[in-house]
Amino acid sequence: MSSTAVELSERRLGQFGDKYFAGRPQQVLLRNWISFKSSAWIAVVSGFLEPVLYLLSFGYGVGALVGNISTTTGQVSYAAFIAPGLLASSAMNGALLDSTWNVFFKLNESRLYNAMLATSLGPLDVALGEIAWALMRGGAYATAFTIIMSALGLITTWWGILAIPAAIIVAFGFASFGMAITSYMKSHHQMNFFYIFLLPMFLFSGAFYPLTVFPGWGQAIIKALPLRQGIELVTRAMAGEFSVHLLVNVTYFLVMICVGLFFTTKRLNALFMK
Amino acid sequence: MTKSLIHARGLTKTYGDFVAVDGIDFDVAKGESFGFLGPNGAGKSTTMRIIGATSVRTSGTLTILGKDPEVNGPQIRAHLGVVPQQDNLDVELTVSENIFIYGRYFGLSSSFINKKIPELLEFAQLEEKKDTKVQALSGGMKRRLTIARSLVSEPDILMLDEPTTGLDPQARHILWDRLFRLKEQGVTLLITTHYMDEAEQLCDRLIVMDKGKIMAENSPAQLIKDYSTKEVLEVRFGSDKNHEMVEILRPLAERIEVLPDRILLYAEDGEHLLEQIAAKGIHPNTSLVRRSSLEDVFLRLTGRSLVE
Ligand SMILES: Nc1ncnc2c1ncn2[C@@H]1O[C@H](COP(=O)(O)OP(=O)(O)O)[C@@H](O)[C@H]1O
Ligand SMILES: [Mg+2]
Repeated sequence: MSSTAVELSERRLGQFGDKYFAGRPQQVLLRNWISFKSSAWIAVVSGFLEPVLYLLSFGYGVGALVGNISTTTGQVSYAAFIAPGLLASSAMNGALLDSTWNVFFKLNESRLYNAMLATSLGPLDVALGEIAWALMRGGAYATAFTIIMSALGLITTWWGILAIPAAIIVAFGFASFGMAITSYMKSHHQMNFFYIFLLPMFLFSGAFYPLTVFPGWGQAIIKALPLRQGIELVTRAMAGEFSVHLLVNVTYFLVMICVGLFFTTKRLNALFMK
Repeated sequence: MTKSLIHARGLTKTYGDFVAVDGIDFDVAKGESFGFLGPNGAGKSTTMRIIGATSVRTSGTLTILGKDPEVNGPQIRAHLGVVPQQDNLDVELTVSENIFIYGRYFGLSSSFINKKIPELLEFAQLEEKKDTKVQALSGGMKRRLTIARSLVSEPDILMLDEPTTGLDPQARHILWDRLFRLKEQGVTLLITTHYMDEAEQLCDRLIVMDKGKIMAENSPAQLIKDYSTKEVLEVRFGSDKNHEMVEILRPLAERIEVLPDRILLYAEDGEHLLEQIAAKGIHPNTSLVRRSSLEDVFLRLTGRSLVE
């Protein structure tokens, strides 16, 4: 005889946060997996393809014009120079795809979270499950991109493997933060504003050229942006550069993850337990 | 009333200055089918959400199976099957996937759920649709699936918020039949509705709500007895003449209500009243004698119709 819903709901009773967390975020992941299995694969592939196309066109097209680039670690091809930035962008795109538009739909149109929270699940289960799913998509994109980088000979040391965990941290940060912001958005219109911000961040975060082209104050602004932090994190991890700078990048994302989780849970609770 | 499954005293919910539920008291016993009858905006859904531990009351006491939803939200939700006013099925999944994942949200094992699915599909008459995406279902099918889904956790209390609103008559009757079966199986039902026929059909006992307050509470038959006459004579004289006729008819009936298009005359014997009217040489354009219903109770209590 298996446990009843009531017995199961009593398992975490008395433990910290028992009103908000049932200890079952994996069921939210499972739901996304079931939905994903029958979804349009083309959307998945196109999200992944975008940075690959940038790498090929800019890396080898513009690369032919600009030749090698000198960095702190020596001379590299233009394609190798832009690859870590594109990897970070890829992780970001994958994570945001799920944590923004898909979450907005579930929140406001399909009322999926209403249904989930009418069961014995709590808002933290939903937040963790959704963020984990978004992070997995970001991680999958990043892994595929790393394999392509390696096939193109753009990874020259074993440190290159670190691209994957680095990209996962980046994806986690964006997934968590993206979901928090989305949970406060009330209309498609507001969502579009959020996306308007992303393109300039992508173009100006120095994925395609060194930040030194900007004046000091411009660099300072860009360095405060999450994508720039992500690019630095991936670049340093792939170069095996374990400095205090890397620690700052990692800390930046840890803060992003925690702040995002906190506000997502708080907001879901306010929305569905009001 | 220590045996009551749901116990509410002075239950209140305010949104800013607005009082949506205004200090209501009620008790629901095990196995009972309990209704909330009232027009739109009466506070029915708000009350359901508070009981369902997805909304926090502003004041008052509430226990469900002896537990306070503010303290034991997840534990209370584990006892409940919830059918909300607006469907929230997972539109990206199929019919059986919807039931499956809903059971998983409660933490139930896959083998337990998979054993239950055929039984629930049969109950909802959706066996042939089991692999169909929810989007492609009709309104009545969606409603039945929502009910089937809510039963996967074998709830002690099933809460149905306007279960048949928006359905055509045939779909409503199929649904009522399903709900009767659950009632027979001893499931405690909590039903909100603004249809008096639905309340009469399904509820053992109900409260009539208006503007957040309880206007009356009893079984449908007793409410009709207490607040109306046995029969009602409905007469129409044409909208311009209705008003002048009222004063002439008033002394003849026990009570009289004027609606925009007709006059309702309350009497123990409607046919007899009609004869009396005819004897006075008054001949309405149309006339109809019917039994009193909860609609008449509501009209008596609030001076308004349930469905505007
Ligand atoms: N979240 C909310 N914020 C503000 N007002 C609300 C909210 N939910 C319900 N109300 C108001 O409370 C009243 C009762 O609503 P509801 O419980 O949905 O009534 P019913 O289900 O009987 O139609 C309505 O006037 C409605 O506008
Ligand atoms: Mg309602």
